Amino acid sequence: MDLKIVKKNNTLFVSLNGDIDHHNSEIIKDKVDEGIIKYHCKNLIFDMSTVDFMDSSGIGLILGRYKRINALDGNMCVVSNDKLKKILEMSGIDKIIKIFHSLERAKEYSGRYF
Amino acid sequence: MENKMHLEFPSFSQNESFARMVISAFVTPLDPTIEELSDIKTAVSEAVTNAIIHGYESKIGTVYMDGEIDDNKLTIVIKDDGKGIEDITKARQPLFTSRPDLDRSGMGFTIMETFMDSMDLISVPDKGTTVIMTKLINTKR
Repeated sequence: MDLKIVKKNNTLFVSLNGDIDHHNSEIIKDKVDEGIIKYHCKNLIFDMSTVDFMDSSGIGLILGRYKRINALDGNMCVVSNDKLKKILEMSGIDKIIKIFHSLERAKEYSGRYF
Repeated sequence: MENKMHLEFPSFSQNESFARMVISAFVTPLDPTIEELSDIKTAVSEAVTNAIIHGYESKIGTVYMDGEIDDNKLTIVIKDDGKGIEDITKARQPLFTSRPDLDRSGMGFTIMETFMDSMDLISVPDKGTTVIMTKLINTKR
């Protein structure tokens, strides 16, 4: 699992690689929450376009960050791929959080609405 | 085709990926589709994670995984000797979590049920939990 956190304007970009399971999601959660505080960001883009595997721990990870971002009155979106489609859809997360299939689209959206 | 496997490992969270790798290697001879393989890995990940965080909580215990292939039917049994589930009906409900303090989605059993063909749950408080899942691998005809 690989994790990159970059701040651009008022948005935190978190790029993830590899598997998001319970073990990795605990590590990701701590780093992202630390990043939100450290960079004073209220907006978040989760780039999961190169994630190979995700179980329900990933859903918990996204929902948990969504709650935090919402409490800060910020915005959040997720960049997904075909491998994550089934689990994201069955969790119903796509009904409350904007899901994109490319980082460009997510950036375009964030530039306009964040 | 017929085959069997048995695996035991301590409930360290890094063993979640190990269990997924083992089940992937075990079902590969059945030539599953990418979606079937992903479904099986996800269901195993959910069951093993439950054993680790709910069965054993902060203690380290042994997680047992058994696999069986009978023709194109895969059976997976994941067992722990942990604290067990008091109310199985409640635990199986979508979005229910006994640990709202953690970022858990409460989707584990729903995913196992949806991604596999069947999922049975046997649990005795203070004795442990056993999850039995089956799936037909359709590509082998």
